[in-house]
Amino acid sequence: MATTTTTNRYGAIGPRDLIIWALFALLFAVAPLIFRSGLAVTMLSQIGIAIVACLSYNMLLGQGGMLSFGHAVYSGLGTYVAIHALKAIGDGTFPLPVSLIPLVGGVSGIFFAVLLGFVTTKKSGTTFAMITLGIGELVFAMSLMVPEFFGGEAGVNANRMAGKPFMGITYGPQIQVYYLLAIYTFICTALMYAFTRTPLGRVLNAVRDNPERVEFIGYSTQRVRYIAFIISGFFAGMAGGMAALNFEIATAEVVGAGRSGAYLLFTFLGGATFFFGPIIGAVLMVIAFVLLSEFTKAWLLYLGLVFLLMVMYAPGGIASLIMMNLRVAKFGKLGRLLGWYAALAVTGFITFVGVAAIIEMVYHIQLNEALGSTLKFMGIELDTKSLASWLGAVVTAVVGLVPFELTRRRFAVRWGEVQGEIEAAIRAKEMA
Amino acid sequence: MSAPAVELKDLRKSFGKTEIIRGTNLMVAPGERVAIIGPNGAGKSTLFNLISGRFGPTSGEVRLNGERIDGLAPFEINRKGLSRSFQITNIFGRLSVFENLRCAVLWSLGYRYAFWKFLAGLKDANERAEQLVHMIKLDRKRDTLAMNLTYAEQRALEIGITIAGGASVVLLDEPTAGMSKSETARFIELIREVTVGKTLLTVEHDMGVVFGLADKIAVLVYGEVIAFDTPDKVRANARVQEAYLGSVLADAQAAEAGH
Repeated sequence: MATTTTTNRYGAIGPRDLIIWALFALLFAVAPLIFRSGLAVTMLSQIGIAIVACLSYNMLLGQGGMLSFGHAVYSGLGTYVAIHALKAIGDGTFPLPVSLIPLVGGVSGIFFAVLLGFVTTKKSGTTFAMITLGIGELVFAMSLMVPEFFGGEAGVNANRMAGKPFMGITYGPQIQVYYLLAIYTFICTALMYAFTRTPLGRVLNAVRDNPERVEFIGYSTQRVRYIAFIISGFFAGMAGGMAALNFEIATAEVVGAGRSGAYLLFTFLGGATFFFGPIIGAVLMVIAFVLLSEFTKAWLLYLGLVFLLMVMYAPGGIASLIMMNLRVAKFGKLGRLLGWYAALAVTGFITFVGVAAIIEMVYHIQLNEALGSTLKFMGIELDTKSLASWLGAVVTAVVGLVPFELTRRRFAVRWGEVQGEIEAAIRAKEMA
Repeated sequence: MSAPAVELKDLRKSFGKTEIIRGTNLMVAPGERVAIIGPNGAGKSTLFNLISGRFGPTSGEVRLNGERIDGLAPFEINRKGLSRSFQITNIFGRLSVFENLRCAVLWSLGYRYAFWKFLAGLKDANERAEQLVHMIKLDRKRDTLAMNLTYAEQRALEIGITIAGGASVVLLDEPTAGMSKSETARFIELIREVTVGKTLLTVEHDMGVVFGLADKIAVLVYGEVIAFDTPDKVRANARVQEAYLGSVLADAQAAEAGH
């Protein structure tokens, strides 16, 4: 906004930032006290890992304009090196406190980013994306060819209850692991945020916006990309090392294209244009992988649909949706939109129920035919052999979709009006 | 005595079989303000691209303060004290005006690829960027994203980024392209202010701008400099009148006929 306080003209960290960071730390501290179940603590641990991974990915995507299809290479190899280190600690051949295992992952992340990133970051844009894809496939193929390191199909196991306990901390109970990972997550997040406020971090944004011009203000875009790639590799490796400690196993899928795709998908979903976007994405990633996959067999299909809709209608991700609405609220115009949101939610939900019923029935025919033709869906008995079920689902979808689309079109007009008014208000303020 | 700020020696550039720059020679003294004019397709922009390192020459030499710079990358040439602007606005769209300028001063102040220092703590960079915001008269737009500026404001920012690093030699490629008459007049004044004491090369179509800004005019026709002298002498030059001003007249007539 046009009003900058004189104390913070240059983007220095102020009291407001400190409060936000303190709340962030507090959240990590109390989360397992609120969500006490074993599953919850496991998920919270995974969320920490995912946050570091997605933020490191966004250093490339959101901040540097580098679309990588192979980010799991750096987190995954970090996991492998860390798991071997953990094994060595167990064997007594590597005297390192277990608490420092994530750093082993981080250092190996740097190593592989220095090695492979030199090739990748020579180019930008589409070529960069292609090379990362190639390297991703290469490393995945290697994982099957070198079972000594990658452990073949079974993967590599290790036990984190190795070495001497430190102040009674054995890392046996998951809660101890959680708090260790929470500390790492907090530090890594803070460091990555700090990076966005450094000369290199800002020039990386410039490279994203206009690489050609950067060359004419004294910077080698290749060098900027390479250094940023190495730093991103370090944090990806940290996430990998944290995962090694959490899961005590590394299998080939941690370096696979699926994992790389998940980083891309959820970073985008959370919002690549804001620093905190990938944090939202990371939370969603764990929820989707752990909960949604339990809930329905068609979870990947739903995920694909959400991704599709997001790319089409809200390319800035959830973070930008939040920020845009906060802006509307700041100008006191959110009230005018709330009714529309309610209408969109209701019609959208009806559409979703209809579509989801069709999807579930199709999946049921394909996968669970042997269990009979009936299935339970949101408390209703559906029968894949009955015309009524199919008709009902289709009618529900249509009954939802038609008013949804009509509402959406009129909402888009209102939204445009509100944005126009806000722009005008900002201009008026600038002129004043 | 001192080496020329910019010197071109038999510079040539071919694209495929077409030779665009055909043995250009030019010597610009430090502090001189030179306008390069010529009919469309004479190779003015190509010449700028060769000097600034966007393209490498096919043969010949480019010297900056006596030192050969042909074949170097743009960022290497920039570090030696040559900066350029672009005909088509070339700014950092998703950064604010202030951030655009702060980025542009970082290298010259020695911050290189630092990721262990906070931007907020770089007193000299912040002061310099603030000063630049003021120089290009965008104080009111300091925190506006570059992509949301008006065209004239973007052109001003383009100049701001170009001079930010404190380069002693500044190349401006059609700085007033696409501006209205009144905007152009104000803009010329701005360019004069911010390039005081620098060696200036501009490519320009607008004769008013040329005579307003330049101490000397170089006339480029089909990749060769056919005249390089003070504005009055160039105007009187028979060869220039024949080769260039004739075509300008023709252009003007064609434009009028077209209306």
